[in-house]
Amino acid sequence: MDLTYTVLIPLIPLFVFLLLGLNYKRIKEPVSGYIGTTGLLITALMSFYTAFQYFFNYGKAGGVYQKIYAFNTEWIHFTDTLHIDMGILLDPISAVMLIVVPLISLMVHFYSIGYMHKEPGFTRFYAYLSLFTFSMLGLVLSTNLFQIYIFWEMVGVSSYLLIGYYFEKPSAILAAKKAFIVTRFADFGFLVGILMVSYYAKTFDFKILTDLSFIENLKMQSGIFMGLSVMTWALIFIFIGGAGKSAMFPLHIWLPDAMEGPTPVSALIHAATMVVAGVFLVARLFPAFYFFDDGFALNVVAWVGAFTTLFAAVIAITQNDIKRVLAFSTMSQIGYMMLALGVSGFEGHEGLGFMAGMFHLFTHAMFKALLFLGAGAIIHAVHSNYMQDMGGLRKYMPITNITFLLAALAISGIPPLAGFFSKDEILAAAFENNMPVFIIGYIVAGMTAFYMFRLYYRIFWWNNPDYEHKPHEAPATMTIPLVILALMTILSGFIPFAEFVSPDGAGFHSHIDWSLASASIIIGVAGILLATIFYKKESELPTRFVRAFGRVHKWAFNKFYIDEIYFFITKTIIFKYISGSFAWFDRQVVDGTMNGIGNGTVWISSKIKGLQSGKIQDYAMFFISGVLALIMVAWLLFN
Amino acid sequence: MNLNNMLLMRHELILTTVILILIIADIFTADKNKKSVNYIALGLFALHTVIGFIPLKTGTLFGGMFVTDPMVYGFKNILNTGVLLIILLAISWVNKKGLQNNKVGEFYILMFSSLLGMFFLISSRNFLMLYLSLELSTLPVTALAAYDIFNRKSSEAGIKLILSAAFSSGIFLFGISLLYAAGGSLYFSELEGHIGHSYLSIAGLIMFFAGLAFKISLVPFHFWTADVYEGAPTPVSNYLSVISKAAAVFILMISLFVTLKELKDIWIPVLYGISVLTMFTGNLFALRQKNLKRFLAFSSVAQAGFIMMGMLSADHLAASSVLYFISIYIFSNIGAFGVVQLVALAAGGKENIDDYNGLYRTNPMLSLVLMISLFSLAGIPPIAGFFGKFFLYTSAASKGFYVLVFIAVVNVTISLYYYLLVVRAAFLRKSENPIPYFKSDIFARIGLIIVVIALFLLGLYSPFYDYIDSVTKILNI
Repeated sequence: MDLTYTVLIPLIPLFVFLLLGLNYKRIKEPVSGYIGTTGLLITALMSFYTAFQYFFNYGKAGGVYQKIYAFNTEWIHFTDTLHIDMGILLDPISAVMLIVVPLISLMVHFYSIGYMHKEPGFTRFYAYLSLFTFSMLGLVLSTNLFQIYIFWEMVGVSSYLLIGYYFEKPSAILAAKKAFIVTRFADFGFLVGILMVSYYAKTFDFKILTDLSFIENLKMQSGIFMGLSVMTWALIFIFIGGAGKSAMFPLHIWLPDAMEGPTPVSALIHAATMVVAGVFLVARLFPAFYFFDDGFALNVVAWVGAFTTLFAAVIAITQNDIKRVLAFSTMSQIGYMMLALGVSGFEGHEGLGFMAGMFHLFTHAMFKALLFLGAGAIIHAVHSNYMQDMGGLRKYMPITNITFLLAALAISGIPPLAGFFSKDEILAAAFENNMPVFIIGYIVAGMTAFYMFRLYYRIFWWNNPDYEHKPHEAPATMTIPLVILALMTILSGFIPFAEFVSPDGAGFHSHIDWSLASASIIIGVAGILLATIFYKKESELPTRFVRAFGRVHKWAFNKFYIDEIYFFITKTIIFKYISGSFAWFDRQVVDGTMNGIGNGTVWISSKIKGLQSGKIQDYAMFFISGVLALIMVAWLLFN
Repeated sequence: MNLNNMLLMRHELILTTVILILIIADIFTADKNKKSVNYIALGLFALHTVIGFIPLKTGTLFGGMFVTDPMVYGFKNILNTGVLLIILLAISWVNKKGLQNNKVGEFYILMFSSLLGMFFLISSRNFLMLYLSLELSTLPVTALAAYDIFNRKSSEAGIKLILSAAFSSGIFLFGISLLYAAGGSLYFSELEGHIGHSYLSIAGLIMFFAGLAFKISLVPFHFWTADVYEGAPTPVSNYLSVISKAAAVFILMISLFVTLKELKDIWIPVLYGISVLTMFTGNLFALRQKNLKRFLAFSSVAQAGFIMMGMLSADHLAASSVLYFISIYIFSNIGAFGVVQLVALAAGGKENIDDYNGLYRTNPMLSLVLMISLFSLAGIPPIAGFFGKFFLYTSAASKGFYVLVFIAVVNVTISLYYYLLVVRAAFLRKSENPIPYFKSDIFARIGLIIVVIALFLLGLYSPFYDYIDSVTKILNI
């Protein structure tokens, strides 16, 4: 079967990007929106077809889903084993991403026709969206570590452009820069990891790197550093890259600020696609994570995920900006996915955690995109991000109300919505393998329900403020995606995910363990009930509660001052003391002498003075002392 | 020696002819027609560049003083292309400044003479020859730095450059004499394997290294860089930052890797330290610069530190990765300096980063070129600079210099911050009175288009790396 056509899946958005980007002055709203959406529709249809064919037609050989290279070409050749390829890899997890990425992207494209209406730079926005989709598809379809790194960076660049889209807003520019620099810093961890892999494993290829006998061989050969195999170190470095993109503690500081971008962008990048790239990366290299040093690196993943999920949930409870609540909720849910991968085993039913992590990635993409797009409709209607400015909106925005409620129920883990199934599998996997992690996950499930319904009630119930402009339901281009995503939120939980996605590719049957499931339903319902008591009607209760918690609330509200800590390190220590002292040297020693010379003299005399100012002599002195110092050092080396 | 052998010097012979023709043309052109000298120079040099690509025989001349092999003439072609781009970008500038003081031809004659020096420099396999060609390459540039005679800063730059250069070449010459004393010959081929460890040879090595380090702007021999780049006319700074640096790196690599390879245990740690020092100094100084030329000067100091990192593994991979990086670096820096020069010319000497606020609104294409060049310098994929840096990391990592790779990675992150500052000014900042829209002349536009194409092609089109990799096999490492 010839699969070369799959190359078109990422290339069509690239083509749209070039078309819109090069003609952004000529193509006007709404034509650029139609072009972008049509291009993406074609990509989406091809992706769905490919994923369907893969799962039901040619993906399996001998009962096991295979890694298939739909297309692969050698690009740079180092040695016979080490070379950089560009290609398209089909396997269960990339096929899942082939459903998630184009679907959410298509919804966002469609939604933005309404949302971005009359924005200056409408065409530019669509060009960036297409560039992002291209990069993201390239990332999930990569056949090797190097290719994934390149697309990884391109995803970073395009998200930089999208976050900074409102470039008149200084906060947006700052947020874009922060996101770019923080994730780049993490990406260097990734790069170091890649270099180590290339050196020890002598290959970039995913098929080889995840091959069990290859891993066994490598285990014998690879060196030991500080008690751990070098490959484990490499994987931890690679995970640092993943943690940066997926906003894991302590590299999460960029995500809340990234909410400065347009809301559809938040839905696409910061809910469904880019932020789960880290989860995808761990899943992609899962066998390596699992087998080296008995899963030491995987344990790191589990604990980082567990900590982040709790940390973010605590902060989410205290925030007042509805997009920031969603941002911390996203962080928390991605922590959940990481945790799930971290507690997973490998064979058969043992792989429950892996499957549950990917399942949650899938369902979360649906309901979180729905929440963000709903939030976009609300912001569009009341022109504010803050819940203080909202309340009683259920009367004005019925469709948004119902879809938002569905998504909130889903994320709280209420059956039969999608979130229930995936969350339950995660808790089951944690329960079997890692009790402390399970307890954290269980508590967070309750907290999630609480803060989501706090959000829901504060927006749609609470009180009935007098709006200056009566809020109204969003236009059809915006509500249709909401309805489609709501349908996905209802239905996608029933997919027998474990049949398709498992670490060993063989698939297994998963059953709902009702004793555990009822426990998770109970805590979800408890969280919702508590939120109902607090927030359904306007009351003094929440304020009193906050007062009682005083300092704890203040810490959580200020996100535990992590930003301030970074700020202190970069601004005060690096800039002020280190760079500052260099600048002082430059100003005082280098420029100072020159400044001492009067400006009134004619140029010829200044030329002579330039000769005698001591400046050149200074340089010469540095030069000669440099030479002498180096000779000393070299002579010492010689001895 | 017969005519056939002389053809080994084809690049040098043709360039000399070009210079001679230009001198005559300059004399015989009436003052009011001086503009035409530009086109004669451009045409002749373009012809010279094209002829350069015709393959040459391999061989040596003058008893082994001068060598031609695919690596050498390949690199000469890269330098040719760089100079061609620089003069394409400079023509409008020369027209303005040169006509003011009636010195159009001089600019080209001096630049080509210096290039001729570079050619001999990278072909020389004898220390005396190397010294002479180094002088030939430096002296004309000092005159060029002072070319803009009505500008005080330009004259200052010229004086500073010639004094520093004279000082460094004194030390360089002393180093050579020590090496001669230690090894008993000036020929690379004869010194190879006969230059054991002694206090004498090591002191010679360091002084020789310092002379070239001056040209490459390695810390602590870099002090002239910022002042000269800032003061000199921008096309000249451009030339100094790419062509002059590239040629010096090339010959430093040959002499260290081949001739002085016995002293590896000495020069590897020295280069290691210099590399760290250079990266940090360049980056930390660049952070605070307000003037773009000064900024680019420190950025080019930092880039030199990366190059030294790539040289450490002292093997075939190191040679390929360094040459590959340099070729890309040439285009990136020419792009950045080119934009600065065009803007300064059109907007009356505006060279500060703040002046670039809102440039994207008024001059979108120019801003894009600036962004691509700076992103290439910062090493952001898929632009070529990323691949250049990647191979440097690979080279250092292949011999286990992980700590250094980590330091380099930290430095790249710092550098990303300041490159983004410039991009932010151009793209994201607003300005009350941005630099107004202007149209560059056709030559400059062609030059910038070539730069942009090259910045994508050199990275993504792998045969280029394969070619460099194949020619460096000649090195007897």
